[in-house]
Amino acid sequence: MFELRMILIVKETIPNSDLNRGDVPKGSAEIFFRKVKFWKEDEEEEAPPVFNLDGVNYFHVKVAGLLFVATTRVNLSPSLVLELLQRIARVIKDYLGVLNEDSLRKNFVLVYELLDEVIDFGYVQTTSTEVLKSYVFNEPIVVDAARLPPLGPAAMFMQGTKRMPGTAVTKSVVANEPAGRKREEIFVDIIEKISVTFSSSGYILTSEIDGTIQMKSYLTGNPEIRLALNEDLSIGRGGRSIYDYSSSGGAGAVILDDCNFHESVHLDSFDMDRTLTLVPPDGEFPVMNYRMTQEFKPPFRINALIEEAGAFKAEVILKVRAEFSSNITANTIVIQMPLPKYTTRVSFELEPGAVGNTTDFKEANKRLEWGLKKIVGGSEHTLRAKLTFSQEAHANIMKEAGPVSMTFTIPMYNASRLQVRYLQIAKKSKTYNPYRWVRYVTQANSYVARL
Amino acid sequence: MAPPAQTQKSQSPSQPSGKGEVSDLKLQLRQLAGSRAPGTDDSKRELFKKVISYMTVGIDVSSLFSEMVMCSATHDIVLKKMCYLYVGNYAKGNPDLALLTINFLQKDCRDEDPMIRGLALRSLCSLRVANLVEYLVGPLGLGLKDNNSYVRTVAAVGVLKLYHISASTCIDADFPSMLKSLMLNDPDAQVVANCLSALQEIWSLEASNSEEASREREALLSKPIVYYLLNRIKEFSEWAQCLVLDLVSKYVPSDSNEIFDMMNLLEDRLQHANGAVVLATIKLFLHMTLSMTDVHQQVYERIKAPLLTLVSSGSPEQSYAVLSHLHLLVIRAPMLFSSDYKHFYCQYNEPSYVKKLKLDMLTAVANESNTYEIVTELCEYVANVDVPIARESVRAVGKIALQQYDVNAIVDRLLQFLEMEKDYVTAETLVLVKDLLRKYPQWSQDCIAVVGNISSKNIQEPKAKAALIWMLGEYSHDMLDAPYILETLIDNWDDEHSAEVRLHLLTAVLKCFFRRPPETQKTLGAALAAGLADSHQDVHDRALFYYRLLQNNVSVAERVVNPPKQAVSVFADTQSSEIKDRIFDEFNSLSVVYQKPSYMFTDKEHRGPFEFSEEPGSLSVGAVSADNGIPAQRVEASDNDLLLGTSEKEDSRGLNNNGSAYSAPSYDASAVSLATQATSELTISNSSLPTYAPQPTLAIDDLLGLGPTIEPAAVPAPPSLNLNGRAVLDPSSFQRKWGQLPVSLSQEYSMSPRGVAALTSPQVLLRHMQAHSIHCIASGGQAPNFKFFFFAQKAEESATFFLVECLINTSSSKAQMKVKADDQSLSEAFSALFQSALSKFGTS
Repeated sequence: MFELRMILIVKETIPNSDLNRGDVPKGSAEIFFRKVKFWKEDEEEEAPPVFNLDGVNYFHVKVAGLLFVATTRVNLSPSLVLELLQRIARVIKDYLGVLNEDSLRKNFVLVYELLDEVIDFGYVQTTSTEVLKSYVFNEPIVVDAARLPPLGPAAMFMQGTKRMPGTAVTKSVVANEPAGRKREEIFVDIIEKISVTFSSSGYILTSEIDGTIQMKSYLTGNPEIRLALNEDLSIGRGGRSIYDYSSSGGAGAVILDDCNFHESVHLDSFDMDRTLTLVPPDGEFPVMNYRMTQEFKPPFRINALIEEAGAFKAEVILKVRAEFSSNITANTIVIQMPLPKYTTRVSFELEPGAVGNTTDFKEANKRLEWGLKKIVGGSEHTLRAKLTFSQEAHANIMKEAGPVSMTFTIPMYNASRLQVRYLQIAKKSKTYNPYRWVRYVTQANSYVARL
Repeated sequence: MAPPAQTQKSQSPSQPSGKGEVSDLKLQLRQLAGSRAPGTDDSKRELFKKVISYMTVGIDVSSLFSEMVMCSATHDIVLKKMCYLYVGNYAKGNPDLALLTINFLQKDCRDEDPMIRGLALRSLCSLRVANLVEYLVGPLGLGLKDNNSYVRTVAAVGVLKLYHISASTCIDADFPSMLKSLMLNDPDAQVVANCLSALQEIWSLEASNSEEASREREALLSKPIVYYLLNRIKEFSEWAQCLVLDLVSKYVPSDSNEIFDMMNLLEDRLQHANGAVVLATIKLFLHMTLSMTDVHQQVYERIKAPLLTLVSSGSPEQSYAVLSHLHLLVIRAPMLFSSDYKHFYCQYNEPSYVKKLKLDMLTAVANESNTYEIVTELCEYVANVDVPIARESVRAVGKIALQQYDVNAIVDRLLQFLEMEKDYVTAETLVLVKDLLRKYPQWSQDCIAVVGNISSKNIQEPKAKAALIWMLGEYSHDMLDAPYILETLIDNWDDEHSAEVRLHLLTAVLKCFFRRPPETQKTLGAALAAGLADSHQDVHDRALFYYRLLQNNVSVAERVVNPPKQAVSVFADTQSSEIKDRIFDEFNSLSVVYQKPSYMFTDKEHRGPFEFSEEPGSLSVGAVSADNGIPAQRVEASDNDLLLGTSEKEDSRGLNNNGSAYSAPSYDASAVSLATQATSELTISNSSLPTYAPQPTLAIDDLLGLGPTIEPAAVPAPPSLNLNGRAVLDPSSFQRKWGQLPVSLSQEYSMSPRGVAALTSPQVLLRHMQAHSIHCIASGGQAPNFKFFFFAQKAEESATFFLVECLINTSSSKAQMKVKADDQSLSEAFSALFQSALSKFGTS
């Protein structure tokens, strides 16, 4: 039995929809909200995505600061419900262009209509934006995207580089362009999130790339698309341990540990020539997710040092070196480092001539924050910070601070070297030549250097 | 749909609070209702939107009902949809008004536009007003035959809605059989999926009062239907695929070829980007191969990479769901994941619910080869700023220390934690050092040296304080100032708020007294006096007890309070293996996330149509109480009245079944209820005996770790084997054993013609075998194919069971049997016994 009830909770105001089968008590939205907000069980400060309260199971996902909640009394598959909630968020985003509190509030009726078609009596009918288009008739009230803070993974393209059409990601799949006709275009984004942990001596302890090839198609008539990847791409590492770096394939080969595909993808010729064939449905979707633990060159080297400098003082030196080519620029870099609890004051000293740097000492959680607008490939940046303590420093000050963590975005760079060789669109006519955008970006997931 | 909560307090300024706005809307709607002027639809849209958004934020707009209905005479589909939405929301609360809508909804059900037909039908079915059901039957019947698939999908769910309003109307109109034929023939996969969902729900609800329905429910698991759905698997949406895979996971394939075919067919589902599909497929693979040890291991190898990819590709919430399942698998097969331990390292930006799971996995996979790396990593987390995770990491290090043989390095690390001078780390570490000392007393010198330096003043957490006090008492001879520390603690007795600490204090002082009497005597007196005056009952009682014990005989007191200690070899697992197996049976459900079987957190009616766990759930009450020394059979006997009814029904179902719906130990309800019957018959037949001694259940033996010692491992197989005529094994233990034991013997046996002739139903053989002390736990099938699961217990040795799967084909007169035994050396002898019993079948 599959029973589901949806409540959407927009920040602090409550419910806006329920597709209720009537078995979950009224007011479950309030109950849920109170529970999540004041979650304190098992020393944890954050409510897990699934919990049970008086026989009702509550599921929730956070997307763009909004909570999407479902409730049921039945022992369902948790990943089914959580995937569904994510998917619903994505469908709503496809329709509204931008997903946030404002756009949701303006489009209550449309969202209600969408949910009504997605779930009937607790059973999922469809989550395909494509299919929903024929059932859903309310038109979205598009909010002004320019004023909004960027959201979601693809929104990173809005920052910095002008080469990328920033409006694309916030364009609704159904709303008509003011100019009348829709622009024929397709976006293929190779988004890689990298996780690296450096030991105190700078040695790489673990490294992993989680990548997604994301597609967003605005093509009419659903033409077939061929997406060719590196020919030397190989998947799986046989019986060998995936951490066996020394034996990682031939030179230059890209070896993925594993990958999965969207259901629209045909893999008929994938084994032969690494080509994916698909008819892209409307809306945003991941063509392929992949995971790689093959050794790769980390884009940044971090050097961090903390030294005692007198009884109530210490000095921190942070050094960051960009180890990628100089025609690539990383942006929105933030480096954080927890300092000893008894730190009271920090004075910063940047290199002479440094621009676009911000430094801050977050008193509340005793954290040092160093922001850089951009880092050009090959460059090196240093920050010195003088700490003042309220008590005598502990014998081993290294154990009281760190680790240093770093977030960044590097457009037109991908650590895995996975490439889209070509993107072919089945031609309807000779003049049919839609815009094709293939974009690469690398982001830090967990980029940590230990002290 | 029920009206949304009407107690709405927090409202943003844009929302109306009073009735003024609503009556204003009413007026405007009225004006527009009759208007045919151009642009009317647009103004209506705006008004409708307002009404709907009021409705969704919980403002009662039901007073507009008649105006809304009047305005709904339109061809504008946007308007219609909004109107339907509104009507669906308020009809249930206003049945009289709902009647108003019937007319126009029925008309719309015959509209030219399939969208309107579908929408109207959906709204009609969503009215949920019992006295309007007569109006539903006609449109639903037409809807199921509609040439548009959208209408049919709506109609299929509509039938289910009708069933919930009025089950008899739905059954009388013969809708279930219409759904069934639609399910087997419709070209549209979503129609098929909706029919399947509706049928699953209807038949499982009907099954309790109609034999036919329970037969139909079984038939959904029959080979033709399962194969039909599997062959169309790729046509289904990802959500419907989950539905089908879930259904198929309850199907019992007849042989290994069938299993391999299904696995080959579904192999590529493991590469699906939707985690729900992947997990549903994994459940299917794992459960199908449960009895094929080698293949089962291969499945583990195969699913590792896809699971790890899902963990890292999705949102934290999705990772959490997948990790919970991975955790379950890691616990079951730590060896398989031991080289993948780095995947379970925490990332600093992960939510704590993910980190916690990962720490659990790191403890589970730690073995000789990776412990050093894992503990090094955990030490990093201990030093981390995230306090809950630091605590959790200390515990993890301790757990690893307790499960390893080579704890040298780990103990050093733990002791280093104490030097970090962080309160919470010290507290957690003390608790662990205490546990470690109980297991490895040889480490006492090193530990005591460090622990002795810790000032009890710095420790506030009761658990840690209790641990420190325990050590002070236990090692008072090694810790020079133990009596004096205890003395200070006793002096501050009144400030100690935790009863647990005060209890430990009493015991520690007494222990200390036995070792260093002159130094402690005074403190002991003070402690006993404080204890006797304590307001906490337990503390008071313990103090009194010690006092009287000392008064009576000091040496007895010493033996009671301070007996020579044996090292604890294994700390009791908090979860029984039976519960763990049950959770594994419920793979890909909330049970895995909560780490409890479903009967612990859901009520009976919500467990779903194919989760037969209800019956085992009630049975396990028996099993649990058996652990406490109460005979399980008696509990079951008291349930007899209740359960016998179902078992009789299941019997007849077994007879009428088509050949393919076998009963199997793991998934089938009939297995359970037949077993119940078997045990209940047993109880009745035994009731004449004056002394009825229940057999100790296996659970107890396992718990005490007595199994291997009782069993003479090297004893050669005796020529003759005696079976216990009153053997008892509850179905879940049977399942567990069947899953755990390897096949020790597999044989084919030719049945005598007379035996074949006598085998008219499973029950006949069942009674015959019981006369030979071989009991049936589950049976099923119909001529010519029968399937049985038997068990027997060796006389005098309650821990030695024999399990048999027996397939009998009456047309070829062949019986295939697989024997599994606790003591494999006896399986030959048992097999001979079994065959001789079988050969006598039909002769007596």
